Amino acid sequence: MGGSDMARYLLDSLPVFWGGFRTTLILALASYAGALIVGTILAVMRISPAAPARAAGLAYVEWFRNVPLLVLLFVAILCLPKLGLRVSPFQSALLVLVMYTGAQVCEALRAGVNAVAPGQAEAARSLGLTFSQNLRYVVLPQAARTVVPPLGSIFIALVKNTSVASLIGVTELTFQFGELARDTPKQVMPLLAAVGVFYLVITIPAGYVVSRFERRALISR
Amino acid sequence: MTTVDTPPTRLSETVRHRATVLHDVPGPRARRRILIGTVLFVVVLAAFVGYVVVRLGRYGHLEQARWSYVLSPEILRYLGEGLLNNVRAAAVAGALTLVLGLFLALGRLSRRAVLRVPAVAWIEFFRGFPLVLLILFPYLLFPVYLTRIAAIWYVVIGLTLYNSAVMAEIYRAGILSLDRGQSEAAYAVGMTRGQALRLVILPQAIRRMVPLLLTQLIILFKDSTLGVAVTYPEALRRGETMGSFEPRVVFQAIIVTAVIFFLASFTLSRLVALIDRRVGR
Repeated sequence: MGGSDMARYLLDSLPVFWGGFRTTLILALASYAGALIVGTILAVMRISPAAPARAAGLAYVEWFRNVPLLVLLFVAILCLPKLGLRVSPFQSALLVLVMYTGAQVCEALRAGVNAVAPGQAEAARSLGLTFSQNLRYVVLPQAARTVVPPLGSIFIALVKNTSVASLIGVTELTFQFGELARDTPKQVMPLLAAVGVFYLVITIPAGYVVSRFERRALISR
Repeated sequence: MTTVDTPPTRLSETVRHRATVLHDVPGPRARRRILIGTVLFVVVLAAFVGYVVVRLGRYGHLEQARWSYVLSPEILRYLGEGLLNNVRAAAVAGALTLVLGLFLALGRLSRRAVLRVPAVAWIEFFRGFPLVLLILFPYLLFPVYLTRIAAIWYVVIGLTLYNSAVMAEIYRAGILSLDRGQSEAAYAVGMTRGQALRLVILPQAIRRMVPLLLTQLIILFKDSTLGVAVTYPEALRRGETMGSFEPRVVFQAIIVTAVIFFLASFTLSRLVALIDRRVGR
């Protein structure tokens, strides 16, 4: 097959890829937004003065860090219907990715809180600030800076993780790649290159944004 | 899939609890508030669990027969053999990545562009791809261009391509984290670059990175579940397809599978944490 044929083939499959790309992007962004919220709540639980909250946060994080993502996805699509919830593969994937990534966000935030010099929290406490005031005004604003790079790599890992959802039938990029490659096995190479480009279109700008934030956070310190 | 490229800190640093700096030991008022919060939380949780149990019970998912079927020795052995297949793929890929990663890291740190450029290209390229794609790729490619091979090798190839890049970065971080005085001292006593690397730098760097390398091996083990994509008969595939020969236990089978994976991974993580504490300062 000549080069122009290959180009035409890739051009023909562009709409399919575009649909997959949109699904991947929406899934990644929506899960990330959810994971930031879940992760923050979990992180506060894990450093809170209430021992039961700490235990609950720990149990959650341990479960979601030790069970493989694909297993969690299968648990969701096989078990949610048994609870009477009619959910699409996309909704299941979104739910699982939020919960799974939330655990990672929690650990990143907690590491950031631990990285704030102990003297800061101690000073706040000696001024009479409560736990939540301490977090809000002293610890979290400082932790936010150290946390930017890990949160960035969590997003990039999440973009790659959305591809696992293809195995439960979410029609995102990897799924579309698999379909196209099965239809035209001879074209695996150019197809892989094309799908790779689509992932890079998300991950490279994300990496760039993170490094921009990182530099700003460093300067303003 | 799980890999977040964490900065190469010691595991123990993130694990150690410093919560005590943030707040005092709870006093009587705080303890009362904690108690109220806990009770509320437990009530909500109990309501949710109650709903789940009632719902599952109504459709017979809690019948003892179904659970004892899944927990019978034959089925557990069937799943266990699947888990062994996970371990098999992960062990082969793990051994390959440990070696390949080291060479890639050395290549990336090399002063010769002939070695450095390909190493950097390999690392950046394979780190950027989703692992599923890297497993699907040989699976789709081999039958067309070469020959069909056993499913385990597709898994091994994908895991190796991806994790060699990740491992390389772990090794590199370990080498770079060493004090410069180490290599300077080695050169000062007349060692060549190769000798310094082999006798002074690598032994320390690798020792320092053992916990992170082991953590990555656990991730690799969990990622071997992606063998589902290429019909590799590992534990998840077995747990998931059990429903095709016994449709009544779809639910039980996947739950048991998840718990098996949790226990395996949790135990291994605990072991790594123990090792980390021993290796740590």
